[in-house]
Amino acid sequence: MSIKTPSKPKTVFRGTLYRGHEGMWSWVLHRITGIAIYFFLLVHVLDTATVRLDPELYNAVMASYKTPIMGLGEAALVAAIVFHAFNGLRIILVDMTAWASRHHRALFYGVLVLWAVVMIAFLPRHLMHVFGG
Amino acid sequence: MKFFRFDRLAWVFMRVSGVILIGLIFTHLTVNLMQDGGVKAIDFAFVAGKLANPFWQWFDVTLLWLALIHGSNGMRVVIDDYVYRTGVKRFLLVSLVISTTTLIVLGSLVIFTLDPCPVGSPADLLPSFCAAG
Repeated sequence: MSIKTPSKPKTVFRGTLYRGHEGMWSWVLHRITGIAIYFFLLVHVLDTATVRLDPELYNAVMASYKTPIMGLGEAALVAAIVFHAFNGLRIILVDMTAWASRHHRALFYGVLVLWAVVMIAFLPRHLMHVFGG
Repeated sequence: MKFFRFDRLAWVFMRVSGVILIGLIFTHLTVNLMQDGGVKAIDFAFVAGKLANPFWQWFDVTLLWLALIHGSNGMRVVIDDYVYRTGVKRFLLVSLVISTTTLIVLGSLVIFTLDPCPVGSPADLLPSFCAAG
């Protein structure tokens, strides 16, 4: 009689108190959007600095921001900024009030709703500027 | 707990500057991306016209300083989280301080020394008020 090897325990990973839940995604998205915005900021200060050198040079640099691909990049940048802004307010509230730390999950969904509302207001106009005649 | 510990001041700064930056950046995006023409309307005449106004000079210089310090302090936290080797960490932190200081000085000089009507530039590239002189 051979010893049966125990079958693998059938467990499904549902995350821990933090992992895989709203708090983690809030943190992950805040960090990713923050780093992305930071690297754009470095480039943006440098491209704007060319305004001091020569009008034609600055206009040539700005022309590269007016292409369809960069237009989509600007939409992504604004999406990142708006999320970072509202999620930052959520972080401040959770830090400061007991009510907000009890309802931090609901607040995260509130951030997503506010983000969607602002993007719905922003995107049509911006895309018309970029792709419209 | 010391009241003026660096990390405590940084924590407070992130929250205070974050709230101010929301107002500054949402205004910046509305004026530069939403107002008539959006990104396609940004050229030397637009920027020089704005920066001829002391209101926009102080608005932009506040935005520049707060955004760069807020962003680079965020990057300091990210470096602290992921980089353990002291040599690499020191190199990254020194690079961060140098690039942030350079961009703050460069940007501030551009904002306050820009000549909106540079001599010898084609008049159609300049703000309309240049012709009046």
